[in-house]
Amino acid sequence: MGAIRLEKVKKTFGTLDVIPGVDLDINDGEFVVFVGPSGCGKSTLLRLIAGLEDVTDGKILINGVDVANEAPAKRGLSMVFQSYALYPHMTVYNNIAFGLKMAGESKAVIDEKVQNAAKILNLTDYLERRPGALSGGQRQRVAIGRAIVRNPAAFLFDEPLSNLDAALRVNMRLEITGLHQELKTTMIYVTHDQVEAMTMADKIVVLQAGRVEQVGKPMDLYNNPANKFVAGFIGSPKMNFIGGDYAKKHDCHEIGIRPEHVAVSTESGDLPATVKIAEHLGAETYLHVNAGGFGPMTVRATGEVPLGEHDKIWLTPEQDRIHRFDANGIALGKL
Amino acid sequence: MENKQTPLGHIGFSIFAWIVGLLIFFPIFWMVLTSFKTELEAVSIPPSFISFDWTLENYAEVQARSDYFRFAMNSVILSVGSTLVGLLFAVPCAWAMAFNPTKRTKDALLWMLSTKMMPPVGVLVPIYLVFRDWGLLDTRFGLIMVLFLMNLPIMVWMLYTYFKEIPSDILEAARMDGATLPKEIIFVLLPMAVPGIASTMLLNIILAWNEAFWTLNLTTADAAPLTAFIASYSSPEGLFWSKLSAASTLAVAPILIIGWFSQKQLVRGLTFGAVK
Ligand SMILES: Nc1ncnc2c1ncn2[C@@H]1O[C@H](COP(=O)(O)OP(=O)(O)OP(=O)(O)O)[C@@H](O)[C@H]1O
Ligand SMILES: [Mg+2]
Repeated sequence: MGAIRLEKVKKTFGTLDVIPGVDLDINDGEFVVFVGPSGCGKSTLLRLIAGLEDVTDGKILINGVDVANEAPAKRGLSMVFQSYALYPHMTVYNNIAFGLKMAGESKAVIDEKVQNAAKILNLTDYLERRPGALSGGQRQRVAIGRAIVRNPAAFLFDEPLSNLDAALRVNMRLEITGLHQELKTTMIYVTHDQVEAMTMADKIVVLQAGRVEQVGKPMDLYNNPANKFVAGFIGSPKMNFIGGDYAKKHDCHEIGIRPEHVAVSTESGDLPATVKIAEHLGAETYLHVNAGGFGPMTVRATGEVPLGEHDKIWLTPEQDRIHRFDANGIALGKL
Repeated sequence: MENKQTPLGHIGFSIFAWIVGLLIFFPIFWMVLTSFKTELEAVSIPPSFISFDWTLENYAEVQARSDYFRFAMNSVILSVGSTLVGLLFAVPCAWAMAFNPTKRTKDALLWMLSTKMMPPVGVLVPIYLVFRDWGLLDTRFGLIMVLFLMNLPIMVWMLYTYFKEIPSDILEAARMDGATLPKEIIFVLLPMAVPGIASTMLLNIILAWNEAFWTLNLTTADAAPLTAFIASYSSPEGLFWSKLSAASTLAVAPILIIGWFSQKQLVRGLTFGAVK
């Protein structure tokens, strides 16, 4: 069981107001991802929940109990660090067993749990090794193993995959998702990689400058961003923003249209454009274009498109996919 | 590589290093040599290098005249004792400074270290009076306290430097794993800092072993270590070079041997694979 609730959680470092006040509800068993640009306070918020930083003000409720002033150990949470933070002087076995030893479990119980975790994570052959003799992916798995044996109320992950290479990252992403489906334990996952956020999350929390910009299911954020910041942050490549007359036509300050929601034609359309760079990926093609008065845009065409530099094309945004924003960047809803 | 050394430059530096090394080593070498000479040969001019009658009589006489092992025992107790007491205070202190620094941490460290710049003789009278009034004169306990306090700034500084190298994530991981502060320090921090702690201990044992000012001024017999043993040969009856040399050789031998064998430990770095 691990329902977590933040009430007006504040954190200042000296005079620096890093988290001005966050309210958040995380349900039991949910996979919640914190995303946001670098320095927006994701790690700080996670560390506040973990108890590694003291809150300046506010409440942190775990299963209804305020733990804001409790030591990390008392909160029953496990954390996986970006740097793995394994104990270098202990074997893999002892790394995983450390938390159980601290909890005073018996040798038999420890052994059973460690062996079990090792089996789940494919670490059985490495139990007697030191972390120094493991690959990055294996170290990451040890760090996860250390977290799961303690049967925590929730797992906290701080960018656990950012030290891994691209292929391994995809693998581990799937493994962590699989682990969540198996354990059904609450997980809070910090990342600045919005692909990880979209693919893993039940619920995404978008942060900017210590503020929650929007909370919602990945597809809700994708389809109905609350403001320009969320619209630009979720989705890759980024949403295009167009102001001026074209926006006036839609009765707003600025419109946003995702690269995948623009039809490309060589004959006719709404906006004339010139291709600057074409990125051919096979399954899709990204066109970085100059759309005359509307400035640079990115559009995505499916499949192989025989276009290259200087080609003249026409763009037509899908009307029901246009996002409208007012002068403050707040979404106005569809026309 | 840009600034690759030429072989000639390399040889030049090697020769220079050897010269410096020999200059440093020469007094010790000469002392050992003199300890095997007779008193007459010891003062003869020009001095003889190898071609003299090697003799062990100085050592025999030194041992007969004063009980070497009693002094040596005191040296061991004082240096090891003050180092262990020092660790007890320096480890928590360095932990706090390295992992929970404040704006003033650096200042506090520098201030601690600056106390080492004051000449000890400046506090001789007050400390002597305290020792006299509390009955600490010529006691091992009193001397351990003085040596420990004298070396504490250096221990804190060294441990602080080593602890700084340890990623705080690992300690936080231990905290998440439910370790209390003492357990975090004993099971996680200290094992990772073993090389650093070993070299800190070693250096402090050496410093305490060689410390002569306080050991000479605050002891007479019961707690007197090897420094007092040496000093007793340079006194009233005039100078006896070869006996003094023999006594000195005996006094420095143990610490030289320890230092020699623990060189590896002293230079071994923190070569773990914790991060990355
Ligand atoms: N111990 C600290 N003392 C002072 N300022 C801090 C401290 N820790 C973090 N900050 C500041 O708080 C802000 C948020 O930091 P945080 O590490 O939470 O960002 P983040 O969202 O995790 O960024 P990243 O994606 O780069 O990891 C930053 O501006 C950072 O400089
Ligand atoms: Mg971070």
